[in-house]
Amino acid sequence: MEKEPARNGGLLVNSLAGSNFGDVMVVGGGISGIQASLDLATAGFKVYLVDKAPAIGGHMAQLDKTFPTNDCSMCIESPKFVECNRHPNIEIMTYTEVDSVEGEAGDFRVTLVKKPRYVIEGKCTGCTVCVEYCPVRYPDQFNQEISKNKAIHIYFSQAIPLATYIDESCLFLKERKCAICQSVCKNNAIDFNQRAEKVEVKVGAIVLSPGFEPFDPQLRDDYGYGKFENVVTSLDYERLLCATGPYEGEILRPSDKKHPRKIAWIQCVGSRQVIPGGNSYCSAVCCTYTQKQVILTKDHDAEAQCTIFHNDIRSHGKDFERFYQRAEKLPGIRFVRSCVSIGREIPESKNVTVRYSTPGDGVKEEEFDMVVLSVGLNPPAGMKGLADKLGIHLNAHGFCRTNPVNPMETSRPGIFISGAFQGPMDIPEAVVTASGAGSLCGQLLGYRRGNLAKERIYPPERDVSGEEPRVGVYVCHCGANIGRVVNVPSAVEYSLTLPNVVHAEESLFICSADAAQQIANTIREKGLNRVVVAACTPRTHEPLFRDTLREAGINQYFFDMANIREHCSWVHSKEKEEATQKAKEIIRMSVARALHLDPLRELDLPVNKAALVVGGGLAGMTCALSIAGQRHEVHLVEKDAELGGMARRIHYTLEGLDVQAYLRDVIRKVYQHPLIHVYTGATITEAGGYVGNFATRVKSEGRVIEIKHGAAVIATGADEYKPAEYLYGEDDRVMTQLELEGQIVRGEERVINSRSLVMIQCVGCRQEGRNYCARICCSQSVKNALKLKEINPKVDVYILFRDMRTYGFKEEYYREAASKDVRFIRYDPHDKPWVEAVEEGGRRVLRVTVTDPVLGKKLEIDADALALAAAVVPSADRKEIAGLFKVSLGPDGFFQEAHVKLRPVDFGAEGIYLCGTAHYPKHIPEAVSQAYGAAGRALTLLSHDTVMASGSVCEVNESKCMGCEACISACTYGAIEFHDTRQGKKAGINPVLCKGDGLCNAKCPTGAISLKHYTDEEILSQIDAAG
Amino acid sequence: MCSGRVDLSFVIRALSNGMDGVFIGGCHLNECHYITDGNYHALNMVLLCKKLMEHIGLNPERLKIEWLSAGEGIRFAEVMNDFGNTVKKLGPLGKGEGIDKNELKSRLEEVAKLVPYIKLVKKEKLSSRLENIEEYDGLFTSDEIDRLFREVISYYIDPGQCQACMTCAKRCPAGAVVSVKNQIHVIDQEKCIKCGTCFEACPPRFGAVTKISGGPVPPPVPEGERTIVREGKEKMGEITEVS
Repeated sequence: MEKEPARNGGLLVNSLAGSNFGDVMVVGGGISGIQASLDLATAGFKVYLVDKAPAIGGHMAQLDKTFPTNDCSMCIESPKFVECNRHPNIEIMTYTEVDSVEGEAGDFRVTLVKKPRYVIEGKCTGCTVCVEYCPVRYPDQFNQEISKNKAIHIYFSQAIPLATYIDESCLFLKERKCAICQSVCKNNAIDFNQRAEKVEVKVGAIVLSPGFEPFDPQLRDDYGYGKFENVVTSLDYERLLCATGPYEGEILRPSDKKHPRKIAWIQCVGSRQVIPGGNSYCSAVCCTYTQKQVILTKDHDAEAQCTIFHNDIRSHGKDFERFYQRAEKLPGIRFVRSCVSIGREIPESKNVTVRYSTPGDGVKEEEFDMVVLSVGLNPPAGMKGLADKLGIHLNAHGFCRTNPVNPMETSRPGIFISGAFQGPMDIPEAVVTASGAGSLCGQLLGYRRGNLAKERIYPPERDVSGEEPRVGVYVCHCGANIGRVVNVPSAVEYSLTLPNVVHAEESLFICSADAAQQIANTIREKGLNRVVVAACTPRTHEPLFRDTLREAGINQYFFDMANIREHCSWVHSKEKEEATQKAKEIIRMSVARALHLDPLRELDLPVNKAALVVGGGLAGMTCALSIAGQRHEVHLVEKDAELGGMARRIHYTLEGLDVQAYLRDVIRKVYQHPLIHVYTGATITEAGGYVGNFATRVKSEGRVIEIKHGAAVIATGADEYKPAEYLYGEDDRVMTQLELEGQIVRGEERVINSRSLVMIQCVGCRQEGRNYCARICCSQSVKNALKLKEINPKVDVYILFRDMRTYGFKEEYYREAASKDVRFIRYDPHDKPWVEAVEEGGRRVLRVTVTDPVLGKKLEIDADALALAAAVVPSADRKEIAGLFKVSLGPDGFFQEAHVKLRPVDFGAEGIYLCGTAHYPKHIPEAVSQAYGAAGRALTLLSHDTVMASGSVCEVNESKCMGCEACISACTYGAIEFHDTRQGKKAGINPVLCKGDGLCNAKCPTGAISLKHYTDEEILSQIDAAG
Repeated sequence: MCSGRVDLSFVIRALSNGMDGVFIGGCHLNECHYITDGNYHALNMVLLCKKLMEHIGLNPERLKIEWLSAGEGIRFAEVMNDFGNTVKKLGPLGKGEGIDKNELKSRLEEVAKLVPYIKLVKKEKLSSRLENIEEYDGLFTSDEIDRLFREVISYYIDPGQCQACMTCAKRCPAGAVVSVKNQIHVIDQEKCIKCGTCFEACPPRFGAVTKISGGPVPPPVPEGERTIVREGKEKMGEITEVS
């Protein structure tokens, strides 16, 4: 471990090493580990983030896009890498594995093994000159070995740390030959003497987020993977789709590098299979990622014909149903429900045949240009050994065995888990559980929060208001990235001719530690008050240079970055002269803008330490307990007279939890907690304020009180749909699943001793008007069917379904139900079951008529009772709550999170969080995870005394405002309000709510509104300097 | 900063500076990094600006907006190369269209001056949200833009009605009302942004500000002849109250 602060890939790494003493160790640097680290570090804990790969990012970094929004995966994940790297409380340790763990919660001693990367991380700037010269070409792991990389390379271009590493193919390591890299590295970063190194770190808690391993179809010879060239896995395909992939985003098939036209996807590869080499569980994500790949394939090639061979389509997540429909409606797409097997490879074309059967046509064999295996999720590799070292238990599948009511808890206190190690899950769930694990660490280590956390201290800022602009320009060679195309000395010379430029110099790596020091010195010595760096992209490097300005004692907003790498040298590598000219122009524009820059203040707002939780169901209560467990006051507001919400009607779970006993325990804890104030029978009449400073008026027991709080959590739950179909409400033998559950528990003779009971799925959802899957109903029906069978094995249970969506480990129970003779009959939504009350041989029955698609004929089932899987619908008061807290609702009426993937429990409005079924239908453990997640997110705010608002926000010059209101409709943040003055109505901007998008600025006809740091003057001066 | 921050005046300025083409890149629609979906606003601005360009005889293909994510490097290069070729084919600004240099300059100046007015009168449309590409053509029509220029509003203070109460001057966001105590107020047409604030502000019992649509504005009263002759003290008192 490096003992000194080092610059890594150009970014300042605030090395906390030296003490080897931290609060939490996060093992696994995928999106879940990253989120856990960021939450914990922001909430005042010192975090060690350990990853066995050479860079953080995990599998998400390999994905092209993410469903169901098709956001670019790398674009949304890589800013998190940079955030981790810059966070003063996070120490990233890549290429490092856990060797052993001793001690106990609060005092663990973790021994790590740091593998040699043969490159000194602190010295490598990521310029990749060594990569160019390296003679060895070796299959690229990151690209699924489809393309080649060099023996020395950066794991992927956005990698953090942005440092090269040398793999086992290196000629020097193998035969002591070569070492070219050593001679071309200008920073002497190559060190072939590195050896594996053991490091001991002391921490109070551990979060395991080792992720998953894609199922390897090569272990089974029936898929032809590794045998037939044009059979690839879905992860291979993901790389093919990706612009940073082996063929730069062109889908080329392996055998002849041609565009495949006819592609087949095979679902459930390695999942839902009770055969040797398969996994019995459902991998939960493959249906939707396949749909994503199909949509993207059609984007790449509108003529492509895509066939998906599937079992049930499991679109159980938020917006997944629409996504499925989107894929299905594309031209040239076939969804075929069939078991399949890979046939043979056609020798000439290398095409692959697939055998399948459909009810109409029987068995068929069809030829495809390419076959994609939608592989499932296996437990992370090598977990068995690690579990032993850690002293935690695994379940039968090799995933972590967790506490049934708290999926983030392992069998060893102080060791928590997040992400897919719990079982197959998608990205938002991995993020939610990460925040949740963070909250659990906070509960455990609350007493030491902030003790090890660091904040940087800067010198006082020089007042430059009376000075003429004095600009310093720094032009970077970026190793050879810029220097070999752009004539850097000439650009420096040119810069000196520009108005107000008093200093210009070149630098090999302006991002290196020495160079930053050099900038700071020149600022002081030459009295610079504006700095322009002509180098790479502000996305990764602007924070670093702003920091340098602060260290040198001038306002950080006096900085502008001229991107002469991405915008110039990289794209004009063959036109050196023109590129130099363009670089000069870019610098000229930057300098022109810099002259107009104003110093800006970032607002420090005090944070009220209390939280408000709206909704006293299981999610709300759990969240309240977790926040209160971290020594914050919580006001818990429930509209009903009693706490408990929907859980009051649930008695047992599929996994066998006694829900009522659990609920009673939680309610007791809530009432006993000294920091939780419960308001029942309460309504919220007013909600105002902003992040850190909310004021909410609550009417409870005839009184209205005002609660001041820094954060709010919306956990208002959902309702059960009241069916209007299948004789519900007309015949008392027809009930909902929740009602059935109540009757089973009460031991109602009529239900328990019925001869035959029918369940109908998808009642009130997956249809027009409610175009979503309610996620829980399939498992709920299986649960009640199993319970009935347990009580009375003679009862005939029929489940009429469209797709059984028993995702993840719930698949086991579906299989169990089938083995216990629960009969599953698929129905078509266009040919729904028909129910009538009739008398048959003196027995009053509900006659259910349904078409059996396998037999192709109508079945009549005479049932004594009918249970409807009624949809979970958004709560009745959602609009009111959304309006009060100025948060949004999605198209189905559930609350809309800030970002579907990476901010699943945050709202767009800062300081407000979301959990439970208010977000989307979910099972109890999922709601609990999300409740802890929301608590973890709330703590990242509440643990601070102040919250910072950006300086680049809009402001209004009142004398110019004509009150036309063009601005207000553009601002969905609600940052603009109008007030009356003697000169008429005027706009005012709340800088705390403004996020600096600047829409209002462009709308304002009179120029009254300006976005600071991107004012009309600044931008127009740049435009003028361009020509 | 969002693509919706790109102001109509930025594009006009670039063209006025002789830029042959203007490209605006934004995030993909419905993939907003804020929560504002400002790229729809950027699209509206571009559709409007294209019509304005057509109106003054410039080829609207010189302005392009495209949705690109940070992960689409190759597509970005393609888009830029295509656009570069398009602009090259069109030739230098104005020359390609056969417009005299000075004529183009004055036309662009006229548009630049009208930007605040255009933003105001097209306020609703500039905030609309077009979900389908088919709707793009219909948002702003050439007729509509021609009419906008034909019927452009001017405000004029009727010297016979003005009581020099200074209300309009205080409210004018552009500082365009020449206002001296007891002197008839005059709108400096060069500074006026045609927002109509003076029209709204002028006390109804005076009704001195008039709206002229399309026609010429009468010349201002010469500076030496602006003093108001009051009829009686009573009325003066009333006026004082107003101001």
